[in-house]
Amino acid sequence: MVPASTLHAPRRAAPRRVTAEPPFVRWLLIGVALLFLGLFLVVPLAAVFVEAFAKGVGYYFHTFNDANTLSAIKLTFITAAIAVPLNCVFGVAAAWAIAKFDFRGKTVLITLIDLPFSVSPVVSGMIYVLLFGAQGLLGPWLLEHNIKIIFAVPGIVLATMFVTFPFVARELIPLMQAQGRTEEEAARVLGASGWQTFWRVTLPNIKWGLLYGVILCNARAMGEFGAVSVVSGHIRGQTNTIPLHVEILYNEYNFVGAFAVASLLTFLAVVTLALKTWAERKNAALRGTGN
Amino acid sequence: MAKKTTSVLPGFRLTLGYTVLYLSLIVLIPLACAFWKTSELTWGQFWHAVAAPRVLASYRLSFGASFLAALTNLFFGLLVAWVLVRYQFWGKRFVDALVDLPFALPTAVAGIALTAVYAPHGWIGQWLEPLGIQVAFTRLGVFVALTFIGLPFIVRTVQPVLEDFDLEIEESAASLGANRWQTFWRVTLPMLRPALLTGFTLAFARALGEYGSVVFISGNMPMKTEITPLLIITKLEEFDYPGATAIAVVMLVASFVLLLAINFLQWWSHRHHRPV
Repeated sequence: MVPASTLHAPRRAAPRRVTAEPPFVRWLLIGVALLFLGLFLVVPLAAVFVEAFAKGVGYYFHTFNDANTLSAIKLTFITAAIAVPLNCVFGVAAAWAIAKFDFRGKTVLITLIDLPFSVSPVVSGMIYVLLFGAQGLLGPWLLEHNIKIIFAVPGIVLATMFVTFPFVARELIPLMQAQGRTEEEAARVLGASGWQTFWRVTLPNIKWGLLYGVILCNARAMGEFGAVSVVSGHIRGQTNTIPLHVEILYNEYNFVGAFAVASLLTFLAVVTLALKTWAERKNAALRGTGN
Repeated sequence: MAKKTTSVLPGFRLTLGYTVLYLSLIVLIPLACAFWKTSELTWGQFWHAVAAPRVLASYRLSFGASFLAALTNLFFGLLVAWVLVRYQFWGKRFVDALVDLPFALPTAVAGIALTAVYAPHGWIGQWLEPLGIQVAFTRLGVFVALTFIGLPFIVRTVQPVLEDFDLEIEESAASLGANRWQTFWRVTLPMLRPALLTGFTLAFARALGEYGSVVFISGNMPMKTEITPLLIITKLEEFDYPGATAIAVVMLVASFVLLLAINFLQWWSHRHHRPV
């Protein structure tokens, strides 16, 4: 069904006349598409940096010379440093079980893994409040043992883990399913142990897909707003992440400060897009030359 | 119980066990908690919480604006995917990468940036104001934010289908006498329909739950520009947990229905897309 090698297939020639539109239609369509993307994507992106530097470069850097801003940056990094590796390990484990073995209920399992994507961020935060909050299921027990989860760092980490839950798994599952299990089986037959098979055979095959998932997972972990907003309690210098700090500055009418802090996240988003494009190309190259 | 065929590969019990455990702890048990909390309410209380006039107004706005935003993206998303797949132009790779910006940009940043741009003195707002169009702090603002958020979904579901599209089908249509528009409308578009529907549903589902980008631009006036997720937060801040949970359950049921629809659409498009 699938051609053995697409490399030797004749390259499709430039679209012939009958399947191409007249030049003015073509340029009109390109123009409208670019205008739409410009208005909706480029203008807001540019606005962040213009607003951030509205009072000059000195004021921009002055914004970061603030204990609350620095603590927000620190908390965001801590949160991502816990949530991303945990979801990464989960993603690899789930993809291994799903792609390398056959069992009943696989489709249901895949759907359940995707579930956090279809839950509103606000609801994602709320369910942890219901579980660990003062009025929650485990609230009285936690209070008794003096453990604080909601309006504290553990709640923020949990909510972040929930919203970034599927990223790595949903990237790896189709990739590993497409790669099949023959290479791993060959390694085993030739005497490799389970770990050796994973490290030397599976991991090199999935590394770009894994990186892709981790990049997206990290971007969401650092930028999550709705879910974290519900569980954080907005205590300055303690439970504010960068996006929450942006909100506080904005609501205080410190627009330049808000956009300056937001420019950090925007920079992160741009780096994410660049890395993502790079990983995508590497992955395509790996798939193209493999097999 | 899980049944496995004999395999030389190790780690099935370990990885599946860990997957199910982690999934239950992080996702399933907390989600079940929302339904458990709602079951404490009587039907009357539940109905009172989910069908109050202010709540109904927020559903109308959330569902209506999400639907219109997804519809707008259906048109422009198809256009962008078409332009990216079929035409060559300078900076195409950059544009292709840029399409994912709404995925990568934190929603709070998107919210304040869109508000700044569409405020009465903003870059775009100042041109719209003399025309009597106010975007920021109106329902139109909610629509703009949700359009921004949903944009990549349709492009990214349609693009691969369009890339795999066999041009010979269009050629046959042309050789049978169809003009370019007829070919597009009667041949190409019907084959893109499953992908378009999937993208539309994904964009709609995402917009329905969206919070961060909307709260800044909407102005958050009860009965007017208050979206349902914001109403949940307001109830939580008032410590009305049962009320918040009841509304959340309505939203959860809506997202589960949409998730089922997406799964069905993907199965359908898979079936239609298989080479003959």
